[in-house]
Amino acid sequence: MSNWIVAHLWLIPAVPLAASLVILRLTNSRRTGAAALAIVGQVLAFVLSLGAFLPTLQTPGYRTFTNFIWFTFGEQTLRLGLLLDPLTAVMLVMITLVSLCIFVFSVGYMAADKNFTRFFAYLSFFSAAMLGVVVANSLLLLFVCWELVGLASYLLIGFWMDKPSAAAAAKKAFITTRIGDIGFFVGILWLYGRSGTLLFYDGGNGALESNGLLSLGASATFIALLIFCGAVGKSGQFPLHVWLPDAMEGPTPVSALIHAATMVAAGVFLVARVYPLFSLGAIDGMTPSLTVVVWIGVITALISALIALAQADIKRILAYSTVSQLGLMMVSLGVGGVAAGIMHLLAHGFFKALLFLGSGSVIHGCHEEQDIRKMGGLRGLMPVTFLTYAIGMMALSGVPLFFAGAWTKEEILHAISLWSVSRVPHYLMLAGVVLTALYMTRQMIYVFFGRRRAAAEHAHESPPVMTLPLLVLAVCAVAFSVVLTPAWPWLHRYLSGETARFDFPRLIQPELFVALALVALGIGLGVLIYRRPGDLDPMERSLPALFRFLQNRMWLDELYDWTVLTLARDAARTSDWLDRYFWDGLVRGFGALGDSLGSVTKGFDERAINAGANDAADVARGLGRLISRRHSGQIQTYLGVVAVGMLALLLLYAWLT
Amino acid sequence: MAHLIAGLIFIPILVALFVSVAPRNSARAVALGSNLITALVALTLWRHFDPGAAGLQMVTRHGWIPAIGAEYFLGIDGLSLLLILLTSLIFPFALLAQRVGRGFCALMLLMQAALFGTFTAQNFILWFLFYEMSLIPAFLLIKVWGGADRDRAATKFFLYTFLGSVAMLLSFLGIYLVRGTFDFVALAALGKSGLLPGKLGWLAFAGIFLGLAVKVPLFPFHTWLPDAYEAAPTGASMVLTGVLSKMGVYGFIRLLLPLFPNEIKIAGPWLLGLAVCSIVLASLAAWAQKDLKRMVAYLSINHLGYCMLGLFAVTTTAVVPAAEAQAALSGVFLQIFNHGITAAALFYFVGLLEERRGARGLTEFGGLMQRTPLLCGWMSVAMFSSLGMPGLNGFVGEFLIFKGSFALAAGYTAVAVLGLLITAIVFLRAMQALFSGPLAESCSSFPDLRLGEKWVVVPITLVMFAVGIFPQFILTIFNSTVTQMARLLG
Repeated sequence: MSNWIVAHLWLIPAVPLAASLVILRLTNSRRTGAAALAIVGQVLAFVLSLGAFLPTLQTPGYRTFTNFIWFTFGEQTLRLGLLLDPLTAVMLVMITLVSLCIFVFSVGYMAADKNFTRFFAYLSFFSAAMLGVVVANSLLLLFVCWELVGLASYLLIGFWMDKPSAAAAAKKAFITTRIGDIGFFVGILWLYGRSGTLLFYDGGNGALESNGLLSLGASATFIALLIFCGAVGKSGQFPLHVWLPDAMEGPTPVSALIHAATMVAAGVFLVARVYPLFSLGAIDGMTPSLTVVVWIGVITALISALIALAQADIKRILAYSTVSQLGLMMVSLGVGGVAAGIMHLLAHGFFKALLFLGSGSVIHGCHEEQDIRKMGGLRGLMPVTFLTYAIGMMALSGVPLFFAGAWTKEEILHAISLWSVSRVPHYLMLAGVVLTALYMTRQMIYVFFGRRRAAAEHAHESPPVMTLPLLVLAVCAVAFSVVLTPAWPWLHRYLSGETARFDFPRLIQPELFVALALVALGIGLGVLIYRRPGDLDPMERSLPALFRFLQNRMWLDELYDWTVLTLARDAARTSDWLDRYFWDGLVRGFGALGDSLGSVTKGFDERAINAGANDAADVARGLGRLISRRHSGQIQTYLGVVAVGMLALLLLYAWLT
Repeated sequence: MAHLIAGLIFIPILVALFVSVAPRNSARAVALGSNLITALVALTLWRHFDPGAAGLQMVTRHGWIPAIGAEYFLGIDGLSLLLILLTSLIFPFALLAQRVGRGFCALMLLMQAALFGTFTAQNFILWFLFYEMSLIPAFLLIKVWGGADRDRAATKFFLYTFLGSVAMLLSFLGIYLVRGTFDFVALAALGKSGLLPGKLGWLAFAGIFLGLAVKVPLFPFHTWLPDAYEAAPTGASMVLTGVLSKMGVYGFIRLLLPLFPNEIKIAGPWLLGLAVCSIVLASLAAWAQKDLKRMVAYLSINHLGYCMLGLFAVTTTAVVPAAEAQAALSGVFLQIFNHGITAAALFYFVGLLEERRGARGLTEFGGLMQRTPLLCGWMSVAMFSSLGMPGLNGFVGEFLIFKGSFALAAGYTAVAVLGLLITAIVFLRAMQALFSGPLAESCSSFPDLRLGEKWVVVPITLVMFAVGIFPQFILTIFNSTVTQMARLLG
């Protein structure tokens, strides 16, 4: 069975895709059918993913691929391929499982929406595109699916299209990520030109294998950085992170999907996938491209954690937390902790989906209110949501021992501490841990503790179709720890192609205490500061300038608007102006020149040539008139003239002879 | 078999004559019938075309006016066949795009015949005859059935392209006086060693370049295009952008590149610069447009700029690896086909919106997704195809062009890639303005796609998907031609 699945890996993205296409053909009234199809498709994809996962367990460093010809141009062939290795396998399982939970949750959350069927078609399409990214054995195929992920996110962020803000956010997401994709695209072209193939693995001739890498030489750094541009866009890294918080305009399940299982995970996955390009020619585990990755990650992680502190929208806080966590993953990849980064990506997938769906449940319960300052005291009204949300919060903050996020964070911090270039990222990321615990505590207190404010008055717990996925994800966020601990670092070894041994005493590492102290500091500070929030945010009261700076997202959106966007719009207007007045002006000038040449010849024609002819005619006519006056018709005159003439002739004759 | 090509050219001419005297209300049916027959002929040509053979196939050659070297010389290779298929595909949809009368149908058929002739003639005189023959129906279609400002636009279009043609004709007369032949194949063979000496060669090159650059159009000879496309009736816009603009690209491939390889190498950096300007500046200008039709027209210039980029990249570089040349040329050929389909579809959709609203300003619509989801959905497909979304036709061609030209002219290509970004901005901005937000009062009684309209939209969209996912069936047509051309250039 498993062998069959490995040979038919394409089925994993194809099943949700097919479901999506079928749902798209359903009428709006076939709601049950649409939801059922989407969920069944996702269940199938999940089962297939498990089937693909099993064989990878048998041998460490398992890798199979199937390549095929997409098309032939001239005498060349362009091949694509599918790949199964531990990285693909774990991603497949995580994506399909988290997506499945989100799909089920959506049945409840979107129940009142009139475009319910279309929503499920888009969801399935989103999941299919992301699965395509994961199974691709070709940078081109990966890019194709990558763009489809972008398309799906555009459709879903702008799902409530009649809301102008949603449409604007969708556009912003698509264009911002496409800016990164332009760099990615050039990287692909460069790589293709140098190594002659875009396949990752091809029996020794792939772009990530020794022969392919050898042909790159010094260009590898540039190619890697260009590809990283794509990851910066998709994974919301500074300076292209601005689209991610706006993407909250989409329905909450979409936010969960974007922030956990699909889309933003793609960037981190991409860097891990093409890691050999980044680490080519590494000295002491460091290359220029990896150093860039580290610093971008550090900046992203820190500024977004700070911004999260001053946000009031429940989903925006989570959005900035995602940006921050993605930054952390990038740092991990950059310092060489690939396995740690991916582990955090997987763990993050579970608990961030949990948190987003939990926030969806809160929003739903509070009648579409998203401002945490209007909530409060919800823990009694929404017990299941509260409980699961608390688990998610602790997993995200990295509360030690029982939560997946703690172990992966510990691994990452350990990897960062070993980085030979600089100690700064390590300290900054430790500060990031405190900040994370702080802003999550703030959110918890505002939403679930204290007195009930306006929106919480009539809050109610969500139906089981929404709470069940929360429970499943909460269990995952806890149970996932089992394979992460240093006592049995199974996942780490699996991803690195080694086998893990059980070694219980290793469970307690010195890092554990550091983490414990930092998280305790963050939560403690949070409780201390936000214990009794008044009308104003405590930070707003004590540090108003800083608060406003963070609340307005460091004015980065405005900065971009004033600089890049204004410049681009001006360029567009200038180009239009040049076209209308300069280039077309030249053409019209040329036309006018022809016109005036015409007038000149016309004038010459009329005044000189034609006038000359007229004058000649006038002379002739005048002469004629003069002569005609002699033609009076009187015979006497004629005879007289004849007589005079005769006389003159006779006289002439006489004189001559 | 060879007579089939003649059939392609003469059937539309005969039917055009018939249509002009046929009963008024049967004109479109008769014209569509003619389209059906020529499409079947084109399919038969495709069936009997040997994709493995390089060079001309199904050749007919007779003397015509020996005194001036004019021959009746028809034949097709992969490129010709591709363009024949494209022509056959676009015309019926263009006829369905609006209410048409006898005159309109007759002129469209004449134009179709001229296009078939242009894409199959292998002797300059014959080619030029057809090339010019297409101009008159286009002029009349704009002048008689056009929108506001049609007189000025039609005159500008006619004079500008005609002036280019005159320059081209003079150049060819010069070539004939020195070389004594109008035969494309023979001239191409002479091209390697320099067709004309020194300055004379440059003069001839400049003349032909001007004629073709206006036709494509290549920046900065493009300013007739937005006016003409904007003023033309929908069907004529579809044909103008879908097929007529390809005559220029075809001319570059058939005439300029093989005849003047040395001149092009020297002028190459400038030509590449013009192509990049076409791509970037035209897409920027599209961004600034407020009229939908004008916006699409500018994007047409942008997309043809990709074709020019690929062609100039291949001809400019001193050493051209076969793989890169084949990629660029394949990309250009695909782009010719893809742009024809996609741009025609976009004009069709703009026509639908204009017909419903009576205006085409970007700001005069809003919230259409609520009222006409089908129209919005299918139109989005065309827009995404045009902005190069993978899975649709545009991506494959553009990827190949960029792959080839990046290896040959990296700097220019890196700038040109910006066009992909700007195009995306332009289309997303349009989608936001048209489809989203609250439903505009003026659009609240729009009908969604009607059955007749679906008959246009669905087949064209299916072609977009087919080429985007399985491009092989199109690539097979011209693979040998590409290989042969790459060898000649390499």
